[in-house]
Amino acid sequence: MLAFIVRRLLWMALVLFAISVLVFLIFFATPGVDPARQMAGRNPSAETIKSIKHEFGLDRSLPVRYGLMMKHMFITRDLISYGSHTRVIPEITSAAPVTLSLVFGAAIIWIVFSILFGVAAAVLRGTVFDPLLMILALIGISIPVFWLGEVVNLITQSRLHDSFLFSWVPPLGYTPLTQDPFMWFKQLIFPWLTLSVLYIGFYARVLRANLIETESEDYIRTARAKGLSERRVLFRHTLRTSMITFVSLFGLDFAVLVGGGALLTEVVFGLPGVGLLTYNSLTALDLPVIMTTVVYAAFFITLASALVDLVYAWLDPRVRLA
Amino acid sequence: MAEPLLEVRDLKVSFRTEDGIVRAVDGISFTLDEGEVLGIVGESGSGKSVTMMTVMRLITDPNVIYQGSIIYKGRDLMGLSRDAMREVRGEEIAMIFQDPMTSLNPVYTVGWQIEEQLNEHNDLKKGQARRRAMELLAQVGIPKPEQRIDDYPHQFSGGMRQRVMIALALSCNPDLLIADEPTTALDVTIQAQILELIKNLKREFGSAVVLITHDLGVVADVADRILVMYAGRIVEEGNKEQIFYDPQHPYTWGLLGSIARLDRPRARRLTAIAGQPPSLINRPQGCSFRTRCPQAFDRCRAEDPQLTAKVGDGHLDACHLSVEDKRERRDKTINPELAETA
Repeated sequence: MLAFIVRRLLWMALVLFAISVLVFLIFFATPGVDPARQMAGRNPSAETIKSIKHEFGLDRSLPVRYGLMMKHMFITRDLISYGSHTRVIPEITSAAPVTLSLVFGAAIIWIVFSILFGVAAAVLRGTVFDPLLMILALIGISIPVFWLGEVVNLITQSRLHDSFLFSWVPPLGYTPLTQDPFMWFKQLIFPWLTLSVLYIGFYARVLRANLIETESEDYIRTARAKGLSERRVLFRHTLRTSMITFVSLFGLDFAVLVGGGALLTEVVFGLPGVGLLTYNSLTALDLPVIMTTVVYAAFFITLASALVDLVYAWLDPRVRLA
Repeated sequence: MAEPLLEVRDLKVSFRTEDGIVRAVDGISFTLDEGEVLGIVGESGSGKSVTMMTVMRLITDPNVIYQGSIIYKGRDLMGLSRDAMREVRGEEIAMIFQDPMTSLNPVYTVGWQIEEQLNEHNDLKKGQARRRAMELLAQVGIPKPEQRIDDYPHQFSGGMRQRVMIALALSCNPDLLIADEPTTALDVTIQAQILELIKNLKREFGSAVVLITHDLGVVADVADRILVMYAGRIVEEGNKEQIFYDPQHPYTWGLLGSIARLDRPRARRLTAIAGQPPSLINRPQGCSFRTRCPQAFDRCRAEDPQLTAKVGDGHLDACHLSVEDKRERRDKTINPELAETA
């Protein structure tokens, strides 16, 4: 177990290093990118640019600049944004709880409903409900999240806001959980539902397919031959083995979202999360922020894949190392 | 005579398919006494597995159609509710399947899987179930059961897994054990061990056994009585001596002729039965075997032979040939040496 953790941590460090180098190189290889010129304002003098370059270390060689950036990011933690000239680390740490709130809530909703729909469709195979549920799931997958979000906003914030149904919906935005839990919940419930629709559809379909495949396995027949109830066969045998794919998908999707992948939902619902931060830094070509968000996202993705491997080994003893 | 343990009466099992109705089992009847070992022999698709899966009511295909009755200890299993049937499954009738590599759930330890069955049918404390599971593993010849109980199926070899399956099946002392080709997926030396184990445990537990196989050699040692099935019907039924030394049906001759025998000088190449089994959707008129039967004559085409006692003493067969004709002709099909000893 300890060896596993150490191996994973080393692996994580390697991935983070590779990704940050790659982003760094891509940024400086992009034509027309000169942060100093951007920061200098309109018609800057050559001296101004030169002094800015010196101030931000942009006149040093690439490896040194990379090293400086990493030092500011991890050691002194005072990396300065090229755009807003504010510190980047506090920006990330204030955006992260927003994204985490959004993604955790949505993940709970999508796990519960996708298992519910997936199991229901598999159990009701041969009836009209199975294709009905699957069509519903396909619709869920096909609806673009930004469009759905806008429609939800239109209904809850504007058209029906004054009706008894949605008069409780607060204005868009984010209130920290520690400040006002009820408000936090009320502001996040629609973003949660909107974000989870795609994943409910996708996971329900995957789970149904897995359940049906597992159902024809010999050991399910053995379970029935043992005289177990259908409920027990379904939950302890069929569902248990079908969850293996589900879990590995979940870990990665979850990590991508935590790392800023919920950008569209954050924009539509005005949530100042990591996705929004990434989006703004990309449009402004603000390297320190891009770099920090990328490293942050990569951290979560490698962490999640390590966790997935752990859960995977717990779910499927065949992959456990002796 | 006492009431039989199991009585199957005119059982028909068919499946609706796009091409038509497949008559997998087409009217078979047999009985099984307590403690008896019945071998059901036939090639793939002859309906032997479907018959016993029907007895267990394990066929989940929604397109299945049943007819007939299965009387077990005076109750018709076909008429039982799902819950009542669950009580029978695993506790009174247990089943061992063909492929031990896939028949155990890969994500649970073997101990857990045996305990699950014990707990389903008995009111046991946690420690009791585990102790019993360990005893069972020891009984089926698994070395160091106290360690192996916490291993997962993939940590066992094929033969050991089949032993685990047998332990699982015997866990609730069933009165009837159905073994569906229990040795087919195993190599030959392991086959012999597993058969020996089934034989010994049968004595120990006093269960009746139905042994399904495509290999007459497998039942030769173990079975008391043998049913030979072809295309969803029984073509011959008799005790071991009758089937091996006085086989009446040309299909049985073919099966016997295709067994490799090490105890006799090799006279010639092993013979195979030519051709393919008939379609179970459009059964040919008359005898189902006539298209592959070298002995077929006019009557076989016109008339469907019924399973009747022609030689007497519980030895039934479905063939139009007269007993004298058959005894004379079969020597050409089976090894001549075998016929001499009859």
